[in-house]
Amino acid sequence: MSLWEYANPKKFMQTSAVVLPIFAVFALVTLLTGLVWGFFFTPDDYRQGATVKIIFLHVPAALMAINAWMMMLVTSLIWLVRRHHVSALAAKAAAPIGLTMTVIALITGAVWGQPMWGTWWAWDPRLTSFLILFLFYLGYIALWEAVENPDTAADLTSVLCLVGSVFAILSRYAVNFWNQGLHQGATLSLDAETNIDNAFYLPLLAAIAGFVSLFIALVLLRTQTEIRRRRMQAILARERLG
Amino acid sequence: MIALLIRDLKQATRAGGGFGLGLAFFLIVTILVPFGVGPESATLALIAPGVLWVGALLSCLLSLDRVFALDFEDGSLDLLATAPIPLEAVVGLKALAHWLVTGVPLTLIAPMLGVLLNLPSGGYIWLLASLGLGTPALSMIGAFGAALTVGLKRGGLLLSLLVLPLYVPTLIFGAEALRRGTAGLENTTPLLMLAGITAASVALLPFAAAAAIRVNLR
Amino acid sequence: MPDLGKYAAEVGIAYGASLTLIVMLVIVSWVRARRMRRALQELEERRELNGKN
Repeated sequence: MSLWEYANPKKFMQTSAVVLPIFAVFALVTLLTGLVWGFFFTPDDYRQGATVKIIFLHVPAALMAINAWMMMLVTSLIWLVRRHHVSALAAKAAAPIGLTMTVIALITGAVWGQPMWGTWWAWDPRLTSFLILFLFYLGYIALWEAVENPDTAADLTSVLCLVGSVFAILSRYAVNFWNQGLHQGATLSLDAETNIDNAFYLPLLAAIAGFVSLFIALVLLRTQTEIRRRRMQAILARERLG
Repeated sequence: MIALLIRDLKQATRAGGGFGLGLAFFLIVTILVPFGVGPESATLALIAPGVLWVGALLSCLLSLDRVFALDFEDGSLDLLATAPIPLEAVVGLKALAHWLVTGVPLTLIAPMLGVLLNLPSGGYIWLLASLGLGTPALSMIGAFGAALTVGLKRGGLLLSLLVLPLYVPTLIFGAEALRRGTAGLENTTPLLMLAGITAASVALLPFAAAAAIRVNLR
Repeated sequence: MPDLGKYAAEVGIAYGASLTLIVMLVIVSWVRARRMRRALQELEERRELNGKN
């Protein structure tokens, strides 16, 4: 049973109909567990106060923001090489989810830095990289919307995703270079993973699991919608030709 | 191939071709900045490197949508795609033409604009160096964006949205090279990175752009 | 409700904005999915009735 079977739209629809509810429920359970546990049952940090609670949103969202783009990269490559429409549509479906994750990462990241920076925003290398990622997502989604022919759109957005990925990595390096220079502000490490206490670790894991399942569930749902949309457009086009 | 280049250059420089628009925009932006931030010389001197780089970058954007649009509209792009010259080379030549008509003039008038912004005297050589090294990348990356959007009516705004994030590394290293050089500091790293970006863009992006054009010509 | 101390606003904004965005995303995705499924269903039923397919 090869993974490529799911490239067949029908098979995808059948399988996802079964699998989607499972991921949805799992997402709900793990998210609630992680967030409730993290919010109500963890101590405050001596330095960051209650803002350390933001970690349960920020870290999973940031992880998903990156992972969503990587998934889009892989599915774009599959589309370019093997021309499986399900793959192209999955990339299209994932983009708004990744965009939302990026926005959540930005908001939570900025706000979490308040105790350190004293402002609502700082051009911290991490945050800045996510801001650039936000722009990449916007451009990708805008290109899908702008091109009429779905196959052309799939091709162009795939190329954009590829080139964009290279530049995104390059930007990460550039931004680190840019911010290490004359900036004397506190370099806040939002990488609390390194000094994370057990008290935080488990609810964080739950939250991460929740975000991952949420992402999968939403991608499955949205890809189903895209497949149906494509089928509708095909039928309507055939009818018009008469 | 030379004929193609000359043809593009002629197209860009004739009346109505938009030549000079980029230069004028660069000038206007430079003039607007002091009105925005105040005429205090120290402030201007501090932000001059960044403003000059951002101004040049935005000015480059202006003529990008014309890179392939004219040929696309009258069908010559179809001919070029099937001509014996590889489409990748055509893309490279068009990017080169864009650079010659936009990037180079911008680089050359930049020192004058540097005067308006109080750029310290040590900065002028680095202004020329950083823009000279970086504007080819801007043209090449821009050409890639133009290839993606060539089939769209009113693709100009989308083109900017796609291209500007791609410009960020070039801008960062270019402006840093200029800033550090102006301050008399060591700026080899950003200059090398800038050169690297230009080299890599010129070597690799024509393939992506040609692929996009073929898709759009279908 | 735990005592959020002086960072109540920050934590509130972070949680409020994030959860709102997630909920909106889920709702929009779900509503669109339902609409599309219904539209496709109606279209295919119509075609059956007209004897095509």
